[in-house]
Amino acid sequence: MDRPVLEVCDLSVSVGERPVLKGVSLTVRPGEVHVLLGPNGGGKTTLLMAVMGMPGYRVTDGRIFYFGEDVTALPADGRVRKGIALSFQHPPAVRGVTVGTLVGQIVKRRRSAGPSLEELSRPLGTDALLDRDLNVGLSGGEVKRSELLQLLALDPALALFDEPESGVDLDSIAVVGAGMRRLLDRDGAGSAKAALIVTHTGHILNEVPADHGHVLVRGEIVCRGAPDTLFADIRAHGYEGCLTCRRCLSTLAKSPTEPAARAAGGESVARQ
Amino acid sequence: MTREEVLRRAAVAREKPAAFGPDLDLAAFHVDQLARETAERAARERQMREAALGVGVDLAAGQRAGTFLQVDQSVIARRVGAGYDGRIDVLPTLEALEVPWVAERLWSIVAPDTDKYTAAAALHPTGGFCLRVRPGERLEEPVQACLLIAETALSQNIHNVVVVEEGATVHVITGCTVNRAVGGLHIGVSEYFVGKNASLTFTMIHRWAPGLHVRPRTTVVVGEGGTYVSNYLLLGEVASLQMYPLTLLRGRGARARFQAVLCGLGDSVVDIGSRVVHEGEGSASETISRAIGADRSKIWARGQLVARTNSCRARLECRGMLVSPAASIIAIPELEAHGVPQAELSHEAAISPIAEEEVAYLMARGLSREEALAAITRGFLNVDQLGLPPAIARSVDEVLAATPAGAL
Repeated sequence: MDRPVLEVCDLSVSVGERPVLKGVSLTVRPGEVHVLLGPNGGGKTTLLMAVMGMPGYRVTDGRIFYFGEDVTALPADGRVRKGIALSFQHPPAVRGVTVGTLVGQIVKRRRSAGPSLEELSRPLGTDALLDRDLNVGLSGGEVKRSELLQLLALDPALALFDEPESGVDLDSIAVVGAGMRRLLDRDGAGSAKAALIVTHTGHILNEVPADHGHVLVRGEIVCRGAPDTLFADIRAHGYEGCLTCRRCLSTLAKSPTEPAARAAGGESVARQ
Repeated sequence: MTREEVLRRAAVAREKPAAFGPDLDLAAFHVDQLARETAERAARERQMREAALGVGVDLAAGQRAGTFLQVDQSVIARRVGAGYDGRIDVLPTLEALEVPWVAERLWSIVAPDTDKYTAAAALHPTGGFCLRVRPGERLEEPVQACLLIAETALSQNIHNVVVVEEGATVHVITGCTVNRAVGGLHIGVSEYFVGKNASLTFTMIHRWAPGLHVRPRTTVVVGEGGTYVSNYLLLGEVASLQMYPLTLLRGRGARARFQAVLCGLGDSVVDIGSRVVHEGEGSASETISRAIGADRSKIWARGQLVARTNSCRARLECRGMLVSPAASIIAIPELEAHGVPQAELSHEAAISPIAEEEVAYLMARGLSREEALAAITRGFLNVDQLGLPPAIARSVDEVLAATPAGAL
């Protein structure tokens, strides 16, 4: 079996003095798309931020491995260079730094040959954004497309998406979805690229089908399974239902490298 | 003003302190160049050319409408570019005192008794240049001037006159810097005249040394439909720099735009402002300054907008960013309207930190912390908006790339 792209092992993370994640484990293998579900404040964004190595998200316990290498202490820029990239839900406005300048810089320092800034931008319809300051006065859809453009330029092996469809109209979701498929080579003949997607609505899964789902509630993963099934159960029982299931999950094997086995268990429990 | 009157008024003011900035003892500086040949020798030196290049003056470039270079008290180069004969005049000030278009304007809008620095420039003038762009001439290439100090403890007392005649357009790039000198004084009296429907863009880059004191004294008069654009960049450490140039928008519809980029480095004491008086009907101005306070620097960023006509509009924006716990920025915007209830003046002043969230975001795009700081700082300084020539833009980038990381 391929070495996992990402292994999150018993990860606990605090934001400030507040513990948010408590012993989270997750494994993403090459070519897999995972979706992370959960109520507001459950820790989904914190997990992505911690995997990206963003400051302010303090790992208090556990480890993060990227292709078997412990990257827990590596700063964000080091993780980017290794092949991890995050599309932010609410990226900060950076005055005076344009989208085009940043993406141009990313393209310039890319080690291997790849598409130009124009070739990346055109399909996303972001040409008009290139002269705009990063996230200054952009609409929700523009922010998402700008984020996606940056990720396409970075061409990561592991892409993290934090609510890629939030604040985006249906037409733009299709554009964002097409961009994500392009990033993950989903329209081609198979790819080793992997993704971890946080979504509230699940709309983006119509564009980018996920292989595995995880439910994160109050800082803990309480259920795993096939994304469609998880969504159906959550619609029927709400996240409180997941908490009920958690008692049953506690009897399941806790091997972070065996998500498929736990996925099967999660499905059966969630249906109860 | 007659020569005698200038000298008489200057003599009275020779001990008069300036309204702002640290007071200097002028006896600590000399105006007589100790070694005459120093300048000539320096002129041949590669370092001097590089120093000039660092402030945007390319002495080797052919594509300039005119070039003026003064090292210490000696004029090293003064030439009019190919194709510009008869369109512009470039003269060393000390050789042009009797030339009518110079004589009638010298000390006409800067008073010799303003303070001890203008007095020194009147009593002991040591050079400068006079530029005239003839009516209707729209110069394709810029005029460049470089004032360089090589000898330590020298007082370089410059007087410049720039006349842009009716309908003419010119971009003047002036670089002021040092080559080897570790201390000294630069006094620069400048009188600029922008004629009817004329346009003067003045880009000035200062890159001094830790022991240099700098006291520019500038007045600009803009006529009907005229435009004055000032880009000012302070890129290097300086012992002290104080200036508060005055722009008089006299003509109907006169316009001015000021953009200042101030990098406070080392132990620099910088007191810089811009004063704009709106006299002409429909006159308008915009003043934007960005200051970065690093190391132990102190920056006073002043701005004063004065309305003397009902139909004027003016805006002042002054932003500062401290990147060192030992640095200071004091922003002092002032608005004045005198009996003109329809005048529209506004200001916005802010001092804010570098947002760590922005640094982290750019690091999540692969930039190192130093690169992220430089990008944010550069963006804050608004450098891209200045439309600088490539050599100057590169110079700014070098300074910024080195500044915030070191300061933090």
